[in-house]
Amino acid sequence: MVGGGQLLLSLLTGLADAAGLFFVASGLTVIFGVTRVVNFAHGSLTMLGAYCGWSLISRLPPTPLGFALGTLATMVLLAVIGAGLEIGLLRRVYRAPELFQLLATFGVVLMTQDIVQWLWGVEDLALRRPPWLRAFVRLGGARFPRFDLIVIALFPLVFLLLWLVFTRTRWGRLVRAATEDREMVAALGVDQRLLFTSVFALGAALAGLGGVLMLPDASANLGMDLTTVTDAFVVVVVGGLGSLPGAAAASLLIGLLQAFGIMLVPRATLALVFVVMAVVLVLRPNGLLGRPPGRGGVLGEVRALVRPAPHVLRWLGLAALILAALAPLLLGPYALAVGTEMLIAMLFAASLHFMMGPGGMVSFGHAAWFGIGAYASAFAVHLLAAPMPVGLLLAPLAAGLIAALFGAFVVRLSGVYLAMLTLAFAQITWAIAFQWVDLTGGDNGILGVWPARLVAGPRGFYWLALTLAVAGTLGLRAVLAAPFGYTLRGGRDSRVRAEAIGLPVTAIQLTAFALSAAAAGLAGGLYAYAKGSVFPTYISLGHSVDALLMVLLGGVATMSGPILGALAYTGLYDVLLSATSLWRLALGAAIIVLVLAAPEGIAGGALKLWQRRRPA
Amino acid sequence: MNKISLSRRALLAAGTAALAAPRLARADTNAPIRIGEINSYSAIPAFTLPYRNGWQLALEHVNAAGGVGGRKLEVISRDDAGKPQDAVRLAGELIESDKVDLLAGGFLSNVGLALSDFSAQKQVIYIAGEPLTDALVWQNGQKFCYRLRPSTYVQAAILVEEAVKLPAKRWVSVAPNYEYGQSAVKWFSELLKARRPDVEFVAAQWPALGHIDAGAVAEALASAKPEAIYNVTFGPDLTNFVRQGNTRGLFEGRSVVSLLTGEPEYLDPLGDETPSGWIVTGYPWASLDTPAHAAFRAAYQKKFNDYPRMGSVVGYSLIHAIAAGIGRAGGMTPDQLASGFAGAAFETPFGPALFRPLDHQSTLGTFLGKTALKDGKGVMVDWRYVDGASVMPPDEAVRKLRPGAG
Repeated sequence: MVGGGQLLLSLLTGLADAAGLFFVASGLTVIFGVTRVVNFAHGSLTMLGAYCGWSLISRLPPTPLGFALGTLATMVLLAVIGAGLEIGLLRRVYRAPELFQLLATFGVVLMTQDIVQWLWGVEDLALRRPPWLRAFVRLGGARFPRFDLIVIALFPLVFLLLWLVFTRTRWGRLVRAATEDREMVAALGVDQRLLFTSVFALGAALAGLGGVLMLPDASANLGMDLTTVTDAFVVVVVGGLGSLPGAAAASLLIGLLQAFGIMLVPRATLALVFVVMAVVLVLRPNGLLGRPPGRGGVLGEVRALVRPAPHVLRWLGLAALILAALAPLLLGPYALAVGTEMLIAMLFAASLHFMMGPGGMVSFGHAAWFGIGAYASAFAVHLLAAPMPVGLLLAPLAAGLIAALFGAFVVRLSGVYLAMLTLAFAQITWAIAFQWVDLTGGDNGILGVWPARLVAGPRGFYWLALTLAVAGTLGLRAVLAAPFGYTLRGGRDSRVRAEAIGLPVTAIQLTAFALSAAAAGLAGGLYAYAKGSVFPTYISLGHSVDALLMVLLGGVATMSGPILGALAYTGLYDVLLSATSLWRLALGAAIIVLVLAAPEGIAGGALKLWQRRRPA
Repeated sequence: MNKISLSRRALLAAGTAALAAPRLARADTNAPIRIGEINSYSAIPAFTLPYRNGWQLALEHVNAAGGVGGRKLEVISRDDAGKPQDAVRLAGELIESDKVDLLAGGFLSNVGLALSDFSAQKQVIYIAGEPLTDALVWQNGQKFCYRLRPSTYVQAAILVEEAVKLPAKRWVSVAPNYEYGQSAVKWFSELLKARRPDVEFVAAQWPALGHIDAGAVAEALASAKPEAIYNVTFGPDLTNFVRQGNTRGLFEGRSVVSLLTGEPEYLDPLGDETPSGWIVTGYPWASLDTPAHAAFRAAYQKKFNDYPRMGSVVGYSLIHAIAAGIGRAGGMTPDQLASGFAGAAFETPFGPALFRPLDHQSTLGTFLGKTALKDGKGVMVDWRYVDGASVMPPDEAVRKLRPGAG
């Protein structure tokens, strides 16, 4: 079937793909290794690289030299942008709780989308290819693009160059030292600020290189930021966070698997990458060539104790609850629909906070459980013709059960690896919902999931959502206040000590994971009935990011954080979406301002103000 | 299932009477008729911004001519950010806070379906502009929803008109792996095989939307040794596929039949790499010189200093279709409007069209032609207009496809 010539062609195609992945991923891994910033904006930098490259190269002579000059100029430009980003924004939030920088970089993602559209317009920009870029070589009767051969050749070249810089220069040694142990490097008197800025500039330049090199085969377009950043994350995690050889190996693995996978299972290409990541993480919890997180890494920070809410807060909460319960008597149907969505968002955010804050398990794919709950309700309506209570019962059950099975793999990991495994699961679930049209209706979704008669009106459903969302949120809080919650936090803060006193930390984390998923599933089930329909967008990466934003915005370290975060984020989003066509710019800017003003989140900031007024 | 939705509808009728009341009260005044318009402005700007220009131009024209029945039209527009769940929420806001008389818009199929389902629940008219999915008027078709753009079925069926004439017997397909791509391949191969039993599809590639690995896809297609290729990819995926295909010689000596590729939104980014001789559906804006289109094009270029895209035509025609439907309705209740739109005839830059009472699909067609390279840009040549009504399945078949007929 597949001859030798065919094999060679697929191999070369895979290598060209791998090279493209490596350029972007190498920058991401270098940035993470040193600064520990999960840089969501890396795809935006790649997109900026493609657009800047297009503008520069289109104006230069269409020769190889012109292309090379344009590429170098783009890299310099991106390095400047990267340095500016680090100095202007990220430097100010390094001291914030872990992953808070992610929130800042997501603000950058949103703003960049509108800025790029404003600067370059909405149409895809394809670089006009001069003959040398269209040239091909003949391999056993078939043609292979010569430019792809150049890209393949650049792969080892760039790798070697980076390797030399990191192993043979003083700067490289400092970077590697900082990757191993940030505090020690600081203690030795190295100017970390300069180091971080330069690393970020290098990473951005590499992103720019990746963006420019996409131009001859594709185009600069407004969707490339999110498509490249997910791929780059997969490569970085499969290779091992912060490991350059790991990123190279993972690029090869994924590039080749994609090229050959298309021949064998053309329908599964979307899920394939994430299946690979899941398998690698299950077999090697720190990626192919990564090391277990060292001292000064993501773990091991001292966290404040979480105490029961002060009396004032309890009264405030009770007042808010009474007000919320009376809302249907005062508000119209649309305001109630918005209120219902906010309540569901609150439960969703609280469920993520449960595993992320006290559980110490960050999820990048929490929408999976929300979506599984929603689809479970939809299947209950359509396949079983079940009444709404059954649908609402199945939602948390399905999510919780699947989470309990899948969670066994998750809780073996920690930090960003754990987060990425949840992302892999969410993306696979999303691919099933999106592509398996016969079962799920694909992106057309499942319609006609309307609630029971008793609560069909906006008031009735609002009260139902209020009851279930508040019960769910308070239930999660009660669990955290119970001994189980203390053991969960014990396992998070010191796994070794917790195990030493006989706590089954893995089992505790697994239970927390399943509980959190069940709560998210309940939110999803409610949402399905609220909207009357279920779509793959419920499971999309964007929805997972929404949950993260709500929790981080509210504050991970406080119990009321996710509630405030959910209300603030959904409110802000709804208002801006209706108010301005530049809502992404406005929302991104608002997120960045909040990040800079309150690095502990809204609730954290409020707590700080409160404590300042009342010395302990 | 049917029974449930019927009883639910009856039940809701009482509830929505309260909602409908303000609309009734306003109907006899001279207040403008409000259209609540929802589209994916930030998510799909390449289509929706020309689309917005189109409806703004039409709005100007309709109102300058005195509006509809002495009342001006007013459009209140919202961005759904590409999410059906947001579209549904915004629809609620438009109905309640902005007191719109009907809903319109949509680009993505799922947004269209979500809005249609919402419109059935709230008993409010929804006129879909762009969403292509067949389900909108067939499987999920309902009384209050009408659709302007030719569906995936119609687009594929129009292409088959030319594909049957090709000598090719060995076909391969490449389509984005989601409902649109899958339906487009299903209809095309079914319709082609029905008329050409000697045709076989020997391979299929299903790249993920926005994620095509074009080199590998081109390689995989070439290895099946096809005589003809059926392409459904569009946007950045298409650019990527065409470039890899050109360099690797995939299209040489092979017929290519390609869905929507003749639309400026997708043809223009191909630039001087536009392959010649592809059989495509699309919109030859530069060479279409009928009086209706020439007037539209001149007015559009004058107002926006840019040439019209497919989206512009959709937006422009949408407003005219809505004006025609309201004009025929004789009242603003949802039921009056629904019967007003059934059979409503309207003018578009492509020529006259009407909403079929049978399945609420408009008869707006599209252009079938070939791609060519002219002054370093892709254009459509040898085109002809194919009316949507001419390629529809027989009425009996449509009734079967539309279970909730009405």
